[in-house]
Amino acid sequence: MSDLEQFRAETRAWLAENCPEEMRDGDITAENQCWGGRQWEFQSDAQKRWFEAALAKGYTVPTWPKEYGGAGLSADEAKILTEERDRINARKPLSNFGISMLGPALLAFGTHEQKLMHLGAIARGEIRWCQGYSEPGAGSDLASLKTKCEDKGDHWLINGQKIWTSNADISDWIFCLVRTDADAPKHKGITFILIDMASEGISVKPIILISGHSPFCETFFDDVKVPKAYGDDNLSVVGEVNRGWDVAKNLLVHERGMLGTMSPLRGATGPENLGGYAAGEIGVDATGRLDDPSLRQKIAQAEIDDWAYNLTVERLNDEANAGNGLGAKSSMLKYAASELTKKGSQLRMDIGGTDAATIGPDGIEYGSLANTWLYNRAYSILGGTTEVQLNIISKRVLELPSA
Amino acid sequence: MSLILTEEQEMLQDAANGFLTENAPVAAFREVRDSKNPDGFCRDLWKEMADMGWAGIIVDEEFGGSEFGYVGAGVLAEQMGRNLTASPFFSTSVLGATAVQRYGTAKQKEQHLGSICDGSTLFALAVDEGPRHHPEHIEFAATPHGNGYKLSGAKTFVADGHVADKLIIAARTSGEANDPSGITLFLVDADAEEIDRTHTPMIDSRNAANIKVDGLEVTGDDILGEVDKGYEALEGILSAGRAVLGAEMSGSSQQAFAITTDYLKEREQFGQKIGSFQGLQHRAAHLATEIEMTKSAVLKSLQLLDDDFESASATCSMAKAKSGMTAQLSTQEAIQMHGGIGVTDEYDVGLYFKRVHVAQQMFGDAGFHADRLAKRSGY
Ligand SMILES: Cc1cc2nc3c(=O)[nH]c(=O)nc-3n(C[C@H](O)[C@H](O)[C@H](O)COP(=O)(O)OP(=O)(O)OC[C@H]3O[C@@H](n4cnc5c(N)ncnc54)[C@H](O)[C@@H]3O)c2cc1C
Ligand SMILES: Cc1cc2nc3c(=O)[nH]c(=O)nc-3n(C[C@H](O)[C@H](O)[C@H](O)COP(=O)(O)OP(=O)(O)OC[C@H]3O[C@@H](n4cnc5c(N)ncnc54)[C@H](O)[C@@H]3O)c2cc1C
Repeated sequence: MSDLEQFRAETRAWLAENCPEEMRDGDITAENQCWGGRQWEFQSDAQKRWFEAALAKGYTVPTWPKEYGGAGLSADEAKILTEERDRINARKPLSNFGISMLGPALLAFGTHEQKLMHLGAIARGEIRWCQGYSEPGAGSDLASLKTKCEDKGDHWLINGQKIWTSNADISDWIFCLVRTDADAPKHKGITFILIDMASEGISVKPIILISGHSPFCETFFDDVKVPKAYGDDNLSVVGEVNRGWDVAKNLLVHERGMLGTMSPLRGATGPENLGGYAAGEIGVDATGRLDDPSLRQKIAQAEIDDWAYNLTVERLNDEANAGNGLGAKSSMLKYAASELTKKGSQLRMDIGGTDAATIGPDGIEYGSLANTWLYNRAYSILGGTTEVQLNIISKRVLELPSA
Repeated sequence: MSLILTEEQEMLQDAANGFLTENAPVAAFREVRDSKNPDGFCRDLWKEMADMGWAGIIVDEEFGGSEFGYVGAGVLAEQMGRNLTASPFFSTSVLGATAVQRYGTAKQKEQHLGSICDGSTLFALAVDEGPRHHPEHIEFAATPHGNGYKLSGAKTFVADGHVADKLIIAARTSGEANDPSGITLFLVDADAEEIDRTHTPMIDSRNAANIKVDGLEVTGDDILGEVDKGYEALEGILSAGRAVLGAEMSGSSQQAFAITTDYLKEREQFGQKIGSFQGLQHRAAHLATEIEMTKSAVLKSLQLLDDDFESASATCSMAKAKSGMTAQLSTQEAIQMHGGIGVTDEYDVGLYFKRVHVAQQMFGDAGFHADRLAKRSGY
C-alpha cells in the first residue's frame, strides 16, 4: 500500500470511529456550523465531541503546521481527508473567518510570534474573528477606506467606522484595514491591523437585513488604543505598515476561495433533492414525472451547472497542487458559486409557491426557505460583488485592456 | 484520481496541437468544403492520423491500438474542435471502435479492430430516424428470415454514412417503436445492394447520409451484442460519443473564445480597444468561467469512461449538456463581439458557430440531456 492509500485507510477508520452520526448530515450551513469563540456554546453534545476529536488530531485546521495547532497535512493528504469526510457527509468540525481568512494570511505574512499568538487560538476554536474591511464610503472600491490610524509611539490610535461587519457583535477580535498615511496613493497608505473587540472605544450596532435577521453590524472606532507590543514585538500589525493592501489582497483570494467552495445548489438550507421536493410539492403526471416540464428543465440545468462547478473546484485545486497556482481563477469560482447559490434558493422558492412565501407570526423564521433565499442575495455582494469578480477575470485572467 | 491530465496525456495533447495546427487547420477544412470534396475529408490526412495511432486511440494494444482510452480520444477531439478538423475519427475511432471493442465477439474484434487502427475501414452508426435525437424510437425493422433476419427501414443523419465501409444499425427485433427493449444492433457492409445512401450536406460542411435499407438479409454473425438488448450497447456507444463530442465542443468553445479575446485586444472604436468596454468584458468573463466549468465536466466524463464504463452514462449526458450550452454561447458571442466581420464567410468564427450547432444536435442537445437527467433522478 502506498503512503497515501495507507493514509486514506487510517483516515477512514478514524472518521468512522470519531465522527458522531449526528454530524454526518451533509454540508454545514451558517445555522448549524461550529463557529467557536469566547461566547460559543455547542449546539449539541455530538457537535462538541466531533470538535474535540478533530482538535486532538489537528483536524480543525488540517493543513496548518503542527506547531500552530494543525496536522501539517500535505495537499494530497488534505484532499483525501476532504474526500473521506464528504464520503460520509461529515460536517467540518470548526469553521470561521479565522480558519478561512485570517489564518492563511498570517501563515503568509505573519511573524512567528504572531502565528504563535493567534493561530493556535483559532485552531482551538477559542477566538472568533470578524473582518473589518468595508466602510460606508469604501465598498467595491475598498482601497478608498478612511478609518484613521495614528502612530502614538507605544500604541496605535484608531478612529472611524466599518460597516457590514459580519458577526461583529459576537466576535472576539477583528482584523482591520486602516489608513496610516493619508497622503500616499490610496493603495500605499493602508495597514492591516489586529484588534481585540473588547478594547475601549469599540461599539457595534447590528443591522437588520431583508431576511429579517441581523448577521452583520456597523462597527465604530472612537479613540481606540491598540498596543503595539505585547512584550517586545509589534504584534498588532501584519506585514509592514502602509503595506496592508498586499495582505488584504492575499486574504481576499482565500475568502473567495472559501466562498467558491460551498457546493452551491445543495449547501443552502432547504430540501436537498430539488427534483424530489418539487415532485412532492407540485405532484406528478400520468407517467410519474414532476408535473411541470419547464421546472424539470430548470432544476436539471441547475443540477448540471452545480455538478460542473464542483468538479471545477476539484480540478482547479488539483491544478494548483500540481504547481499552477489558482490565482485570479478564484474569482471564477466565487462568481459561479454565488450565482448558483442564488439560483438554488430561487428555485426552492418557486417550487414552494405561496407556501414558501408564508412567514411565521414573529416574522421570517430563522433557517426557513424564505430566510435563506433572502440572505443568499448577499452572496453576489459580499467578498467582492459579482461585477467586481467579472472585472478581475477580465483584467487578470483574460488580460483585456483597461479603458 | 486527479482531475488533470497525466504527463502522457499532456504529451499527446501537445503532439495533437502541433500536428493539427500545422496540417489540418481551419484553412484545410475550408479547402475541403470549397473544393466540394465528395468524401468531406482528406484521405491523406486520415492516413497520417492513423499512422500516429489516433485511429486506434481507444483500441487495446493487443489489437493494434494505442490504448490511450477515452481521455486520449477526448484530448484529440478537443484539438480537432479547436481546428475544426474534419475526419472520420469520431464515427470510426470513437463510435465504431467502442461498438466493436466493448460489444463485439472475439471474432468481430479480430476482424475489425485492426482495420480501424490502420485507418483502412470506416464505420458509421445509424440510430436516429427523425430530425431530433431519440434513440429509443426505433422502427427500423429486423424481421426473422431463415436462420437470420431481413433488415428494412430508414435512418437519418448518419454521420459519415456516405463514406463508411461498415454500418452499425440499430434495428427493432421486437416490441414497439419507443420501447428500449427489443432493439438489436447489426454490423453490416455499407455497400450492399439493398442499402441506398444519400449524402445529406450539412450546415457544418461535415458529412452525413440518409440511409434506406430494403430487405437486406443478415445472419446471426452480423449481430453486435445481444438480440433485443441492443439498447444497452447503444447507450454505451452513445455515452462515449457524447463525451467525445463534448470534448470537441469544448475545444471549439475555447478556440472561438481565443479568437474573440484577441480581437477585443486589437479592434478599436471610440478611440479605444473594444475590449476595454465593460459591456463586453463582463460577457467575456462569464464565458471564460463557463469554459472552465465545461473543461472539468468533459474531463470527468472521459475519466469515468476509462474507469468504470458501465456507470458513465449520466455523467456523459451532463458533460454533453454543459459543453453544448457553453459552445453555443461561445460561438454566438464570438460572432456578436466581432460586429460585422463576424457574420462574414471569410472569417472563421461563423464556421465554429455552424459546427457547434450540428454537434449540439448530434446525440441530444442540452435540453434533451437535462430531461434525461431529470427522468433518471425521478422527476
Ligand atoms: C451579508 C454581507 C456580509 C458582509 N460581511 C462583511 C464583513 O464581514 N466585513 C466586511 O468588511 N465587509 C462585509 N461585507 C461588505 C461587502 O464586502 C460589500 O458590501 C461589498 O464589497 C460591496 O460594497 P458596497 O456594498 O459598498 O457596494 P458598492 O461598491 O457601492 O456597489 C454597488 C453596485 O455597484 C457595482 N460596482 C461597483 N464598482 C463597480 C465597478 N468597478 N464595475 C462594475 N460595477 C461596479 C457593484 O457590483 C454593485 O452592484 C458584507 C456584505 C454583505 C452583503
Ligand atoms: C448584414 C449587414 C448589413 C450591413 N449593411 C450596412 C449598410 O447597408 N450600410 C452601412 O453603412 N453599414 C452596414 N452594415 C455595417 C453595420 O452598421 C456595422 O457592422 C455595425 O455598425 C457594427 O460595426 P462594426 O462591424 O465595425 O463592429 P464594431 O463597431 O467594431 O463592434 C465590434 C463589437 O464591439 C462592440 N462595441 C463597439 N463599441 C462598443 C461600446 N462603446 N460599448 C460596448 N460594446 C461596443 C459591438 O457591439 C460589437 O459587439 C451592415 C452590417 C451587416 C452585418
